[in-house]
Amino acid sequence: MGAGTDLGRVRGLGAAKDGVHHWWLQRVTAIANILLMLWFIFSLVRLPGLDYSSVTLWLRQPVAAVPMLLLIVSVFWHLRLGVQVLLEDYVHGAPRVLAMLALNFYALAGAAAAVFAVLKIALGAV
Amino acid sequence: MAGRPISPRPLSPHLTIWKWQVHAIVSILHRITGNAMALGAVVLFLWWLIAAATGPAAYLTFMAVATGWFGILVGIGFTWTFFQHLCSGVRHLIMDTGQGFDLGTSKAMATGTLVISVALTVLTWATIYIYKGF
Repeated sequence: MGAGTDLGRVRGLGAAKDGVHHWWLQRVTAIANILLMLWFIFSLVRLPGLDYSSVTLWLRQPVAAVPMLLLIVSVFWHLRLGVQVLLEDYVHGAPRVLAMLALNFYALAGAAAAVFAVLKIALGAV
Repeated sequence: MAGRPISPRPLSPHLTIWKWQVHAIVSILHRITGNAMALGAVVLFLWWLIAAATGPAAYLTFMAVATGWFGILVGIGFTWTFFQHLCSGVRHLIMDTGQGFDLGTSKAMATGTLVISVALTVLTWATIYIYKGF
């Protein structure tokens, strides 16, 4: 790492814009979460009941399954970005790397399981 | 920073010295509620969804726990957690546009998130109580 010029000092520390990208995606998923969560809450309230057949019949409709898939992607993406900030603030060194790894696995595995569950119901495999 | 002389100068006041104000409380609540949902409510959501995809028996097990007194307590807790994070998140989106930084507005918005989140939690559970009946 050089010490002479400003460019030399920052070279190799990673691209700029990455923080802005994180910040921006946090906002994009936040706004998506507002819309999709309000849809989710109103949909549940409007169901005749929260029993097995009411919920599965509801999720079998494309107008419910598609927003539900979007909700899963948006929520898991948002939490992945949010918990990252928590880890960056409070966990340091090697434990942070492990925690970030665990966070990524958790977010991806959780989202995959949720997407699979919705598809299984929506495609009539239940 | 090896070799840097230890200075007796006072350090910047930090959490133990600052008086807690509503903005600070709402700010830390945003972090606590967000991460609590990320690691708690989301797991319950997964349980609900996977139970529905598994079959009636698995779904019945989930509902038995969810409609028990402890399940309802957790449900009410996460309902408030969600609404607090939602209101606080909207507050942040407003502040992202450069609005609401003067002392009065800032304090009113922070207090507003607490009032609205409690009100929406009561409204939600009143709706559940009246229309779903348990």
